[in-house]
Amino acid sequence: MEYSAKVMDHFMNPRNMGQIEDADGVGTVGNAKCGDIMKIYLDIDENGIVRDAKFKTFGCGAAVATSSMATELVKGKSVDEAMDVTNKAVMEALDGLPPVKVHCSCLAEEAIHAALWDYCEKNGKKIEGLKKPVNDIDELHG
Amino acid sequence: MKTIYFDNAATTPVRKEVLTEIMPYFSDIYANASSVYDIAAQSRKAVEKAREQVAKAIGAQKDEIYFTAGGSESDNWAIKGTADALSKKGKHIITTQIEHHAVLHTCEFLEKHGWDITYLPVDKYGLISPEDLKNAIRADTVLISVMFANNEIGTIEPIAEIGKIARENGIYFHTDAVQAVGHVKIDVNEMNIDMLSMSGHKLGAPKGVGVLYIRKGITISNLIHGGGQEKGKRAGTENTAGIVGMGKAIELAAAEIDETSKYLTMLRERVIKGITENIDFCRLNGHREKRLPGNVNISFEFIEGESLLLLLNSKGICASSGSACTSGSLDPSHVLLAIGLEHEKAHGSLRITLSKENTAEEVDYLIKELIPIVKRLREMSPLYEDYLKGGKAV
Repeated sequence: MEYSAKVMDHFMNPRNMGQIEDADGVGTVGNAKCGDIMKIYLDIDENGIVRDAKFKTFGCGAAVATSSMATELVKGKSVDEAMDVTNKAVMEALDGLPPVKVHCSCLAEEAIHAALWDYCEKNGKKIEGLKKPVNDIDELHG
Repeated sequence: MKTIYFDNAATTPVRKEVLTEIMPYFSDIYANASSVYDIAAQSRKAVEKAREQVAKAIGAQKDEIYFTAGGSESDNWAIKGTADALSKKGKHIITTQIEHHAVLHTCEFLEKHGWDITYLPVDKYGLISPEDLKNAIRADTVLISVMFANNEIGTIEPIAEIGKIARENGIYFHTDAVQAVGHVKIDVNEMNIDMLSMSGHKLGAPKGVGVLYIRKGITISNLIHGGGQEKGKRAGTENTAGIVGMGKAIELAAAEIDETSKYLTMLRERVIKGITENIDFCRLNGHREKRLPGNVNISFEFIEGESLLLLLNSKGICASSGSACTSGSLDPSHVLLAIGLEHEKAHGSLRITLSKENTAEEVDYLIKELIPIVKRLREMSPLYEDYLKGGKAV
């Protein structure tokens, strides 16, 4: 199994690693049983723009790299645009992932969605197409 | 950057002395060992010399040694060969939960064909209980297969005791000794071993050669059908170079076993001490004493193994892990789960396997690099964050 240079770059030098105190939206997905937990923090301004994004991840190289890339991609976007940060978008931005690691990119998308859901819940907002997150990798990926 | 190789249970380089010995058998002494002309006799003689070298190393007779293409083939042959030969007597096999996949998946294959397999559990150190074994024996049990030493956690099973139980009950006893040969003293007679698998590339011989020892009087069916090589028991033109390498490597290993074992144990203790004294929230997996001299397996809480390996690799260090991500599945090592580790801790395991080429300086370098790597991954881990917030260690 080999990672692309971009995946290795985001793994070795992760962007946005850390946490945001009193974040506007926090999402945690995955479970330790499967070896992947992703937690994403979003700082969202009053116009619904993602001012900052941070992550913490327990997982493999691909899990760290997809968290790093997903947070990069949502920064500066409106919450509606953040919905476009799909697993496919994350994967493409990383020049692909080995087939056994595709679920990591799904997890990154789920983590973003979970954080956006949290933001909506806290602020009584709605984002089109956003569904309640499933906080269990087993259900997500069987 | 210098490469530091700490994955000797995965494979080893071919030893220089072995390489010198096998070189002529590729293009100078190339004749098929089964042919009648003079130059074939040279190949034949080389194969028979290797057979003697292997036999001597485990206290066997020369004609009880059969060359195969590796450890997996030997395991497959011992189990499927016994199953086929003895199916009229019974269709029950006893093995353990911590076997190598070459044994486990072979047993699962037999299950599909109507066999009943008992997978003995192990204690927290990875040891099976001879009492459990006795209780598992049935009238229709035809084979007991228990590994000599575990490839992941290094635990050495009570082989002599198991052999005695098997013998008393008239049941064939096979042991996968791939990790033990050359590291632990083995006597197939003292230990009542009926069949024993070994692999060349784990002890400085080339890849693609292995051995199945079959005690005289034990009847098993063939696995590889074809020509009459290996007294008609294992078809296929002899891998002369590989076989010569196997013989030389095992002869060297057997001659050096005390010295190597002492040296590796010293290095092993240095690794264990260095890690456990400098890093919090970690535990040694496997038995403290009943373990392979060159094996260290440690779980680090809150972090995942593949990330650990990638960061070690960036420092030139080659090691392995029982995490799911390194196996390409969602489940971590079956061995670590069998000794009772929670999934989280099994995902965060690191295996260091030493050889006599490793040095104390390399071990110190490993410890020095490992400390900040574990710290870095913990800072990245939401599990560690939860723990610091007043949760408990998982």
